[in-house]
Amino acid sequence: MNRTRLGEWGVLVLVWLSLVALFGMLAERFLSMATLTTVAGRLPGLAVVAAGMTLVIIAGGIDLSVGSVMALAGAVLGVAIVQGGWPLTAAIPVAILTGASAGLATGLLTVGLRIPSFLVTLGSLEICRGLTYAISGSQTLFIGKVIRPLAQPIPLLGIPPTVPVALIVVIAAQAILSRTVFGRHLVAIGANEPAVRLAGIDTAPPRVAVFVLSGALAGLAAVFASARLGSADPNAGAGLELAAIAAVVIGGTSLSGGTGSVVGSLLGVLVMATLEAGLAQLGASEPLKRIVTGAAIIAAVAADALRRRWEGPRG
Amino acid sequence: MSAGPVVLRAAGLSKAWSVPVLREISLALEAGEVHVLMGSNGAGKSTLAAILGGLIRADAGAMTLGDLPYAPRSRAAAEGAGVVMVLQEMNLFPGMSLAENLFLDRLPSRFGLLDLAELDRRAGVALSRVGLGDLPPRMPLSRLGVGQRQLIEIARALDRRCRVLMLDEPTAALSARESDLLFDHVRRLVGEGVAVVYVTHRLDELPRIASRVSVLRDGRFVAEHRGGNIAPERLIEEMSGRASPQGSAAAAAPTGDIVLAVTGLERGSRVRGVSLEVRAGEVVGLAGLVGAGRTELLRAIFGADPAAAGSVRVGDGRAGLLRSPRQAVAAGIGLLPEDRRHDGLLLGLPVRVNVLLGAPHPSARGGWIDRPRERSAAEAIRVRVEIDCTSIEQPVGELSGGNQQKVVLGRWLAAGCRVLLCDEPTRGVDAAAKGTIHRLLREFVDRGGGVLLASGELAELRAVCDRVLVMSEGRIVAEFQSGWSDAAVTAAAFGSAGRDAVGAGDDTEQPGSTRR
Repeated sequence: MNRTRLGEWGVLVLVWLSLVALFGMLAERFLSMATLTTVAGRLPGLAVVAAGMTLVIIAGGIDLSVGSVMALAGAVLGVAIVQGGWPLTAAIPVAILTGASAGLATGLLTVGLRIPSFLVTLGSLEICRGLTYAISGSQTLFIGKVIRPLAQPIPLLGIPPTVPVALIVVIAAQAILSRTVFGRHLVAIGANEPAVRLAGIDTAPPRVAVFVLSGALAGLAAVFASARLGSADPNAGAGLELAAIAAVVIGGTSLSGGTGSVVGSLLGVLVMATLEAGLAQLGASEPLKRIVTGAAIIAAVAADALRRRWEGPRG
Repeated sequence: MSAGPVVLRAAGLSKAWSVPVLREISLALEAGEVHVLMGSNGAGKSTLAAILGGLIRADAGAMTLGDLPYAPRSRAAAEGAGVVMVLQEMNLFPGMSLAENLFLDRLPSRFGLLDLAELDRRAGVALSRVGLGDLPPRMPLSRLGVGQRQLIEIARALDRRCRVLMLDEPTAALSARESDLLFDHVRRLVGEGVAVVYVTHRLDELPRIASRVSVLRDGRFVAEHRGGNIAPERLIEEMSGRASPQGSAAAAAPTGDIVLAVTGLERGSRVRGVSLEVRAGEVVGLAGLVGAGRTELLRAIFGADPAAAGSVRVGDGRAGLLRSPRQAVAAGIGLLPEDRRHDGLLLGLPVRVNVLLGAPHPSARGGWIDRPRERSAAEAIRVRVEIDCTSIEQPVGELSGGNQQKVVLGRWLAAGCRVLLCDEPTRGVDAAAKGTIHRLLREFVDRGGGVLLASGELAELRAVCDRVLVMSEGRIVAEFQSGWSDAAVTAAAFGSAGRDAVGAGDDTEQPGSTRR
C-alpha cells in the first residue's frame, strides 16, 4: 500500500468522523445503539456490491446491472426456500451462483462481442428485472423466520452477523486487488489494455472473471437483504448501481479505470450511510435527503479532481 | 518554366526537438510553380511543411507572404492568410456527411439554421472539382475508401482561395486514375498562379508534375533542380549523401543457429510474402521508407495483427502462425512497439509494475505476489537496464523517453525471450540513452538472442546491425551485409527506379544479394 493511498483513506476517515461528530451535536439521539443498528443493517449489502463494483471499474468497465441481479438472486432464494422447501445451506449458494451466472453472461458478451460493459449491463439490467418478475410472479415472497437470524443483532455488539461477513469480503477483495496477479492484471487492463495484450497477457479471462465476481457479490447482497426484511421483494435493488458507483467514486477510484481501492469504497459506503442516517434523525424530508446526498457526491468528486490538478502530472 | 513573382519567402528557418531537424532553411516559393520537396525519412520535409502551414512554429527564422510578415499561430491562421495544407493523416469525421466534412468550419446558415440547400450546392461544386461529382453530398464519409477520403481532404483545400497549397504525399493512397485527376487540378491551380509545395517519395512523379525540385538532407537544402527531369541516381545520391562507411561495421558473419525463421508472411498490402531469418548473435536491420510495411511486418510476426498466411518459427519450436501476442511471448518473442507510450506502458503505474508486466509474473506463487521478492526483482531489472528514476515506485509517465524505452526493454530481458522485435527503438530518445539501448541489444544477442530492428535512421542501422534488409511496398527487396553505403540502401528503399542506379562508380557498395 503506498503512501498516497493511505493518505486518501485517512482523509475519508476524517470526513466520516466529522459527519459523526456533526450529527452527534445536531441530533440528540444520533450517538446511540439504535443508529448503529440501523446503519449496520443497511451497510453490508451496499458494501459487498461496492466491493465488486470497485474491481469492475478499476478494470475499465462498469456494472449497471447489480440492482436487478440482486433482485433476481433474491427471487431465486425466495422461491427455493418458500416453494422448494430448500434448507438455507442449499438456497444461499444457489442465490450466489445465480448472481455469478448473470455476471458470467455479462462478461462473455462484453469481451466476446467487444461491446462496452456500460451497454451490455444496461440491457441485462432490464433482462434480470424481467426474469425476477417472471420467477416471483411479481409478488413479494415472504421467507419468514428461517433467514432472519442472519440479520439479528448479536447481543452486546449491536451488529448482525452480516457485518463481519461483509468486512471479510471487503478485505478479501482488497487483498485480491493488491496482492494477486489477477488483481495486478485488472489494474493494468484498466490503465492501458492494448499494452497489456502486447505484453503477452490474455486479457479476456480476467475481464470476464471480474464480472462473475461482481454478480456473485450482488447475489450475496440479496441474501443480506432478504435476511433483513424476511422477504424477497421483486423491486429490490432499484438504484443500487448508482449508490454503489457513488460510494466507489467517493472512495477515490477513478471512473476511467486503472487506479482505486476496495477499502476506499467501504469508507465511501460508510460516509453515505452515515449521511443518510443522520439526515433521517434530523427529520430531513425525503426530497432534502436526496438533494444533500447528490451534493455530497459532486463535492467528493470535485475535491478529488482539484487535488489531482494541484498535484499536477505527478498524480 | 518561367519564374513567377515570389509568393512566400522564408529565411533562416530552424527547428530542433531533441536534435536539430531544420537548420537555417531558406526558401522562395514562386507563383505558378510546383515545388517538390524530396528527402529520406527524417530529412525535415514534414517539419518544413508543418511550419509553413502553421502547425508548428520555427525556433528561429522569418517568413513573408506577399509583402507582409507571415508568422501563423495555427493552421486556421495560415488558411486565413491563404496557405492551405492537405495533411497526410486525415482530419475528417467519418460519421458526418461529405458536405459537412467539406464545410465544417464555415457551414452556411440562414437565421441561425443550417442552409442545407446552399450546403448541397457548394458541396456539389467542390466534389466535382476532384472528380467525385457523382457522389451525393449527404452521403456519410464512412462509406468512402481511403483514396476517396484523401480526395475529399484535397477538395476541402481546393475550395479555399489559396495562394500556397501544400500536399504531403497526396498520391500514397490514390489509384493511378485518381492521381491523374489530382495532377490535372494541380496544373490548373498552378495556371491560376497558386504556388504548390509537393512532398513525395515517388521519383516517377517528378517529370509529370515538378517545376522545381529541392532536396533536403539532415535539415538542410543540399540541391535544387529546375524542372522534373532528373536522373534518379543523382537524386538518390543527393538524398543519402556520399557517406563512406564509417566505423564499427559489426564483427564476423554470424554463425549461430536460426532463432527466428519467417516464411511467406502475408497481411494486407503492407506485408506481402515476407521471408527472413535471424540467427543467434545477430541484429538484423529493417530499412525502408515510411509506409513500406516495417511496423506491419513486426506486428504480424508478433501476432498483434495476425497474418493471413505464412509461418513463424522460433528456435527449434513448431512452425506456424502466431495468432496473439500471448502465443508469441510463450514462443519466446518480445516486441518493443513503435508507440511505446500507447502500446507499451502503463503510464500512471510505477516502474515496478511496468517492468514486471508479463506472463507469468516472475515473483508470484500460486497467483499471490510476494512483495519483497517483487521489489527485488524490479530493482534488479532497473539496475540491469540502467533506468534513471527516483525509485521503482515512480510512475513511468514521469520518465524521459529513453528511460521509458528501457522499461519496456527491461521487461522483455527479464521475461527471458530469445527474439526481440524492435520498432524504432530510439525514436525520441536522447543520445546517452540511445547508446545504452544499443549496447543492451548487442549484449542480448551476444548471449544467444536475435534482434530484428526496424529503423528509419540509417545511422542507427549502421551502428547496431550485422546486416540490413530493405523493405518496399510490403516486400523485402534487398539485403546488405556489413559495409553498405547509405546510397545503396536508400536506392533499394525507393524501389526499382533507384535500384538500377546502385553499383555504378561507387566501390563502397557491396550489396550482399538482392532479393532472394
